[in-house]
Amino acid sequence: MKDLKDNKVSITEFLDNDEKKDLLRLLTAGSVDDGKSTLIGRLLFDSKKLYEDQLTALERDSKRVGNAGENIDYALLLDGLKAEREEGITIDVAYRYFSTNKRKFIIADTPGHEQYTRNMITGGSTANLAIILVDARNGIITQTRRHTFLVSLLGIKHVVLAVNKMDLCGFDKAVFDKIVSEYMDFVRPLGIEDITCFPLSALDGDNVVDKSERTPWYEGPALLDFLETIPLHADHNMEDFRFPVQFVSRPHLNFRGFCGKVASGIIRKGDEVVALPSMKHSRVKAIVPPYAPNQKQLGADGSTLNTAELPMQTVDYAFPPESVILQLEDEIDISRGEMLVKADNLPFVGRNFEAMLVWMDEEPMDRSKAFYIKQTTNTSRCHVDQIHYRIDVNTLEQSECEAFRLNEIGRVVIQASKELFFDSYKLNKQTGSFILIDPITNNTSAVGMIISAVDEKELHNAEAIPTLDLPKLGIAPEHYEAIERAVDELDRQGIAVRIVK
Amino acid sequence: MEQYNLSHLKELEAESIYIIREVAAEFENPVMLYSIGKDSSVMARLAEKAFAPGRPPFPLMHIDSKWKFKEMLQFRDWYAREHGWKLIVESNMEAFKAGVGPFTHGSKVHTDLMKTQALLHGLKKYGFDAAFGGARRDEEKSRAKERIFSFRDQFQQWDPKNQRPELWDIYNTRIHKGESIRVFPLSNWTELDIWQYIRLENIPIVPLYFAKERPVVEMDGQLIMPDDERLPEKYKDMIEMRKIRFRTLGCWPLTGAIESEADTIEKIVEEMMTTTKSERTTRVIDFDQDASMEQKKREGYF
Repeated sequence: MKDLKDNKVSITEFLDNDEKKDLLRLLTAGSVDDGKSTLIGRLLFDSKKLYEDQLTALERDSKRVGNAGENIDYALLLDGLKAEREEGITIDVAYRYFSTNKRKFIIADTPGHEQYTRNMITGGSTANLAIILVDARNGIITQTRRHTFLVSLLGIKHVVLAVNKMDLCGFDKAVFDKIVSEYMDFVRPLGIEDITCFPLSALDGDNVVDKSERTPWYEGPALLDFLETIPLHADHNMEDFRFPVQFVSRPHLNFRGFCGKVASGIIRKGDEVVALPSMKHSRVKAIVPPYAPNQKQLGADGSTLNTAELPMQTVDYAFPPESVILQLEDEIDISRGEMLVKADNLPFVGRNFEAMLVWMDEEPMDRSKAFYIKQTTNTSRCHVDQIHYRIDVNTLEQSECEAFRLNEIGRVVIQASKELFFDSYKLNKQTGSFILIDPITNNTSAVGMIISAVDEKELHNAEAIPTLDLPKLGIAPEHYEAIERAVDELDRQGIAVRIVK
Repeated sequence: MEQYNLSHLKELEAESIYIIREVAAEFENPVMLYSIGKDSSVMARLAEKAFAPGRPPFPLMHIDSKWKFKEMLQFRDWYAREHGWKLIVESNMEAFKAGVGPFTHGSKVHTDLMKTQALLHGLKKYGFDAAFGGARRDEEKSRAKERIFSFRDQFQQWDPKNQRPELWDIYNTRIHKGESIRVFPLSNWTELDIWQYIRLENIPIVPLYFAKERPVVEMDGQLIMPDDERLPEKYKDMIEMRKIRFRTLGCWPLTGAIESEADTIEKIVEEMMTTTKSERTTRVIDFDQDASMEQKKREGYF
């Protein structure tokens, strides 16, 4: 497929091709000194995403505050906010968009400085692939190890090690080989599925978009070529069906549907499903995809054309990450936060689990606080029952710890005040991830990745679910319904109360 | 043969619908801000698709600066009526009566009073706790860093240095009374994605996007289409007919047209792909001061 600018294809052909492209989300990690912004700038520039006025502004700014002498400083293009320009570093996640003839890309650009682990975690959570930059002159440094550890913690399946500034090392194969072998030794225990290494010069463009003649010894593809062709469909969990109910739709008496995203697995019309936590069974009567019931068009004279309403659309199956509505054959009472699964493939159901936790809040962890936990579409209260250890992101050494501070990471045991439905993050990112919200400030204090369920008897400070024994309390049966409604409302706010009737 | 790959547009659509449903489920009183532009048209369509066969459980709100193109207002009323939306229109009537406008007060004062202040007033008047906006991250540099769920304090202000971490698709929707969240379901869409979706979904848009012979006046290098009698006297004999269209829509004295032959979506995309100017160069307000959009966003503008 030729580029549109060369007028080799018609616009309709271009659009028809563009429509079919898939989407790769990638994370870039490295410091300004590694030439990360230059690399991104080149990917954008060479895929012709920069417009003339952006280039004009860039040339103007390069002369005023740039670090690239007489050359265009691509870094300035990416450092958006005013305060950051003055500091000379990017301080948060910035998203960039570009597309080639084969694929669309979203780049989450995050800074490399230690105090900003938080931002890299934020930028990387949705990434399919991470590019980790190293300066060929410095090789693998502490920061490289830290970034790689965070990438493995987030479960990013594909990692690119971009050995940049090869021009400053005479494109020496021995330099590249040494860095690659050192990196492979370090990365082996982290369990990253797919690692590919590239010798680059982002400044001159070697092996970025086109293969370089200055690295005849390098047999792999250019970076962009690799990014365009790496297969993505295997990145979703297609095995374990999980459907966290997001919103219950009942527009009229004859329709009740459960809106949600297929978190994992595949669901087909007619499949038997089980609702958690009630364990009630039913079958999928219909799968409703997003559709526009109303297709009205504005006529040239201001009239309305095409006034017929479309009937309800249905499909035979749905898969992640589609957003659909499921209609069941039986009237089961299901609300937001509950989950539809298959009877022969259940997630963990329980209140206690072990997880890796990353502290994201300026305010240190207060163990006495009852945080809100949000996991899938469920919200509960919870407490941190134990901290097994804190891990040093630079050395990977473990140490004892009482409470986490900003950017600290460690292994914890958490108890929620109501039952959650979860899997290990390794097997299922969608159902294995959660955030903790401070109950006073409402900040997102921490984010976590579940390892496994934990038995109640292993907890240090297990809190029983409070029980209301209605007969024992002498409450007349005509009040039961009102009490149940109040308890449902508490449950919605994350506080579980058990009722005995 | 079943297949399990989504095109980028289907993936973006699924993501946006998930976001829209999350707001409907977690907030008591959400609203969708509707600017009448192409991005708003896509956002409204996504909301309709998110709940079909039901209806979106929130209204549209348009902030009318009183200087919008007449064709925009006609389209707005037609769209809302024919697509079953409840439509709220809010204006800063006090400033309007005092005669505030871009020609007399400049774009900065006009935008602050007629857009930012009117928006803040409208949000407060109805007590909305979440407001959808159609902003995209590829539009402008300060938007590239904003979260999808973007927290606003009780003064409706954005603090770019103190944003909540946002991971996976788990959105923190907790706020105290008086605070609110701005939600951007189109964050990850590009300008091309928007046009492509409008084309594939046959989404109606304001006819001003398509090229046609229209009256224009050249002002400070921008082609301005006089839309009512408020054009200052000195420009009146400078009006000429040219074939033009608009890449973005806003207040008529602040929105520059481009000369164009593009009268279909295909031709618009072709023009966009081969042109060398980005979308916002036809918006006068961005040129006010350095980093001006970031400043406006801090103050509460979308």
